Amino acid sequence: MSEAVKKIVTPISIEYTITPGAAPTKFLRGIKEGRLLGQRCPKCSKVYLPPRGSCTVCAVPTVEEVEVSDQGTVTTFCVVNIPFYGQVQEIPYVCAAVVLDGADLPCFGVVQEIAVEEVRMGLRVQAVWVAPEERGYTLENIKYFKPSGQADAPFESYREHL
Amino acid sequence: MSKRCAIIGVGQTHHAAVRKDLSISGVVREAALRALEDAGMDWRDIEAVVVGKAPDIIEGVMMPELFLAEALGCVGKPMFRVHTAGSVGGSTALVAAHLVQAGIHKRVLTVAFEKQSESDTTWAITPNIPFQPPLVAGAGGYFAPIIRSYIERSKAPADIGIRVAVKDRKNALRNPYAHLHLEDVSMEMVENSPMLWDPIRYLECCPSSDGACAMVLSDEKGGDAAPKPPAWVHASAMRSEPTMFPGRNQINPRAGRECAAALYKQAGIDDPRKDFDVAEIYIPFSWYEPMWMENLGFAEENQGWKMTEEGATAFDGDMPVNCSGGVLSSNPIGA
Ligand SMILES: [Zn+2]
Repeated sequence: MSEAVKKIVTPISIEYTITPGAAPTKFLRGIKEGRLLGQRCPKCSKVYLPPRGSCTVCAVPTVEEVEVSDQGTVTTFCVVNIPFYGQVQEIPYVCAAVVLDGADLPCFGVVQEIAVEEVRMGLRVQAVWVAPEERGYTLENIKYFKPSGQADAPFESYREHL
Repeated sequence: MSKRCAIIGVGQTHHAAVRKDLSISGVVREAALRALEDAGMDWRDIEAVVVGKAPDIIEGVMMPELFLAEALGCVGKPMFRVHTAGSVGGSTALVAAHLVQAGIHKRVLTVAFEKQSESDTTWAITPNIPFQPPLVAGAGGYFAPIIRSYIERSKAPADIGIRVAVKDRKNALRNPYAHLHLEDVSMEMVENSPMLWDPIRYLECCPSSDGACAMVLSDEKGGDAAPKPPAWVHASAMRSEPTMFPGRNQINPRAGRECAAALYKQAGIDDPRKDFDVAEIYIPFSWYEPMWMENLGFAEENQGWKMTEEGATAFDGDMPVNCSGGVLSSNPIGA
């Protein structure tokens, strides 16, 4: 083997300033007030949350605003058991795809107030929000999801969201 | 009608967690020199170079192709950079082949690389934007829920992922270039490895590697005159789809199904399982073998795991998959 290449470590970072556009702006203003504002496609009737202002499938603008529930169904999940850079949760914890009632896209979140081995596909959950005065224009306003106590959703009800 | 394209030389580096002996220039050069030697050529024979790698931020070098021009012998020659994130290794070779098939160049060198030891990949691929919750799961956290959905939907036995992990690591023992050489790999060893992103175990994950691979592509005349028997490009296809839309089938994505169908049509393949002798497929986590067997038309939906269980995808099976050891044994992302 030839002589080792000399390496140096330099810190780098990238700062973004996001200009969200009309539909995401409404979503971010809503989430600051603890409301989840999506948009319905006029053609396929699917509800986008967060909204992008258009339907990816139908290629048409979405205009109709729809308030989505902060309760939903765990469609699938994983139990995270590995430490990594930037982690904010203590391991093990559950990262789940949750389809909120009234939305047609899953969003990702942490599930707590339940033992990790008891989390399951179809589990009904409820968002836990940070205090109103601490909320910003970010999905971090939802701290985590907790079981809502309702009966599990049947597989067929969320099959198309997998 | 496009012109024929031959692969007349191939080369790759020895892959490792850290190639301490090589810079990025050294890594791409090691692969390129081996491909040139295999083709019986030197730098002067090459008309153009196509280089690919995953996002620049992985190593923190903006447009690395510019400073690699000298290492790849293409000062004063056309050079193209390809970037399609994790699929870039394949896309880079496709772009290079198209340059030959279009009759633009006669001999093209194509190189793809990643030097992951010079990066923090999880950090690099995880921007924090307000429309998503903060980083919740790390790299495998994206794939693990999809795998759980596949297991639930297909009712596959729990040990299928373990079988794939053992098979690909055993295959890697025959490949001197592979990163992982786990001499004593076994079902027990994989099963007992830590559950990182349940249902994904440590030994069911790809490693993080430094390495590169290269090919010399030629027109028909050069293919016929090549010192070694060439491999001819019979077909190529590429498809994509949005990451998020209502009703997206993440287990068996439509883009993959349509891409495979288009490819087989071009190549005149009716029954992929019968017509192919061997396949090398991107399988970053073991469970993706049965999932891609279905997506690429080798098995019916929810039946792919049976090919793994029956040993069809093993080295001596009827449809061997990843005889090199695959991504589970060597994983420089951009190559
Ligand atoms: Zn639509």
